[in-house]
Amino acid sequence: MDLNSLTLRSAQEMLRSKQVSSVELTQAMLDRIHKIDPQIQAYMTVTDELALEQAHQADERLAHGDNVTPLIGIPFGVKDCLSTKGVRTTCSSKILENYVPQYNATVIEKLSDAGAVLLGKHNMDEFGMGSSCENSAYFPTRNPWDLSRVPGGSSGGSAAAAAAGMGLFSIGEDTGGSVRMPAGFCNITGLKPTYGRVSRYGLIALVSSFDSIGPMAREVYDVATVTEAIAGVDGRDSTSAAIPVPQYSQSLGKSVKGMKLGIPKEYFVAGMEAGVESAIHKAIEQFEALGMEIQEVSLPHTKYGLPVYYLILFAEASANLARFDGTRFGLSVRDGAEDVIDVYLQTRRAGFGDEVKRRIMLGAYTLSAGYYDAYYLKAQKVRTLLRQDFEQAFEQVDALIAPTCPTTAFKLGEKTADPLEMYLSDIYVTATNPAGIPSLAVPCGFSQGMPVGMQLMGKHFNEETLFQIGHAYQQVTDWHKQLPPIG
Amino acid sequence: MTEHSFQIDADMVKHVAYLVRLGITDEEAQGFSQQFSAIIDYFNLLNEVDTSDTPPATQVIHASMVLREDVAQPSMSREEFLKNAPESEDGYVKVSTVLGEE
Repeated sequence: MDLNSLTLRSAQEMLRSKQVSSVELTQAMLDRIHKIDPQIQAYMTVTDELALEQAHQADERLAHGDNVTPLIGIPFGVKDCLSTKGVRTTCSSKILENYVPQYNATVIEKLSDAGAVLLGKHNMDEFGMGSSCENSAYFPTRNPWDLSRVPGGSSGGSAAAAAAGMGLFSIGEDTGGSVRMPAGFCNITGLKPTYGRVSRYGLIALVSSFDSIGPMAREVYDVATVTEAIAGVDGRDSTSAAIPVPQYSQSLGKSVKGMKLGIPKEYFVAGMEAGVESAIHKAIEQFEALGMEIQEVSLPHTKYGLPVYYLILFAEASANLARFDGTRFGLSVRDGAEDVIDVYLQTRRAGFGDEVKRRIMLGAYTLSAGYYDAYYLKAQKVRTLLRQDFEQAFEQVDALIAPTCPTTAFKLGEKTADPLEMYLSDIYVTATNPAGIPSLAVPCGFSQGMPVGMQLMGKHFNEETLFQIGHAYQQVTDWHKQLPPIG
Repeated sequence: MTEHSFQIDADMVKHVAYLVRLGITDEEAQGFSQQFSAIIDYFNLLNEVDTSDTPPATQVIHASMVLREDVAQPSMSREEFLKNAPESEDGYVKVSTVLGEE
């Protein structure tokens, strides 16, 4: 039995029926990481000892039938932007190279209480700024389907780890496609939940009004199970919603017959790779065969989604990253500094990579007197229109379908010279975050040997519908069962 | 070099860098200047949209602010907090000179 090709669901069954222990499962994951991760580099930090200790505790709980949760004994990894008590948390930035949080993010706390086993922290684009994982200040992560290609970003390490069997699920974070785009590139399923569905406490913020923490795994069932465990209101995050969390995994399997799926016509325009377009069209035919009604809809402000997203990102990120100043934690470059301003200038120069520097400067520029109305305020107004586009579409349909990216995974170095070209790879995934709606990425085929992802977008707090549709699709297709040729 | 209808020159880049407390060299400012002009030029696309009657977004989900009971709970100890401080003295975080000699 190859433990590294298991889904979360099959591991769950094996643990409960005592066919495998959590220690055995965890050891298999760690062995796999030590064997293949030197080629992929999905992990920033591997917590071998802690993982085996947690696995041992999970086995005790399983043996005594004590608080046996759906995630007990299941090994996972997490993007390095979530605070883990006693475990280095870098955001893949030099400014946090030696930062060890003294507290856990709420999501980590919940998973730990549920008995899940932390394997380590995943590489990412520095502070989530990037679409390829090449902006990590340490090393790029490689796509397990083709090591010369990127895994997508910014949750590139999380996607690659889940795809390559180095953890049964990953916790990623999606500010503007950072879960969905790499999920599509690596052939896994991933959720960007509704804004406010999952507590952001302990997440190192990029854009506080967009950031959404979400799971990535092989199947919809796996993602639904993890979402159930991490969602819910939290007294430590005033934007977390006091809306009950449904038993997502129990409601799967309902027929999608008669449900309406919208095709936003503005997403199907020139620039999409032919193999991506045909995969999406085949998926639409599949949904029709499942009895769904297919309907074209219009999201008229789609082409403004990317500028709205980036302008608000620059502004919020420049404010959020002001805290990294070499005073209370993180890197501090004090040699030769005459005063505290010098410390700020030196520390931030040495600690931030180019993309971070670009974005915080653009944020300060677009927020400065004389430009605020033209950029930041204008973007917030068009954001209202983006949200209204989605609201009007959801009066007609239950969900929308679109690709996660216009192309499949590109080569390392292909887009690093031109920041604007890199931004454009996010064109299909950025509009959802300013609108706050949920979106589920699901594998839907291959183009020239590389995975293609689709996303299903839904109404606020309607993750259940997306899981239902995605699960129905995975019952009649086997794209999600294809594993990368690495081992 | 590409010409952009919109220019952000190196002096402006240096000014903005200082505002965000980021040390950069003249050479770096030149490089950023080209990239910023291209990016902002593209984002001027938003000028096409008529927003004269559109209010700016203030929140994305229609939810009211959630308040919890104001009950005191234990917080992080001073020792734990100071573990991450670059320099500390007598239980305080130590910083470089903030005010001049006068």
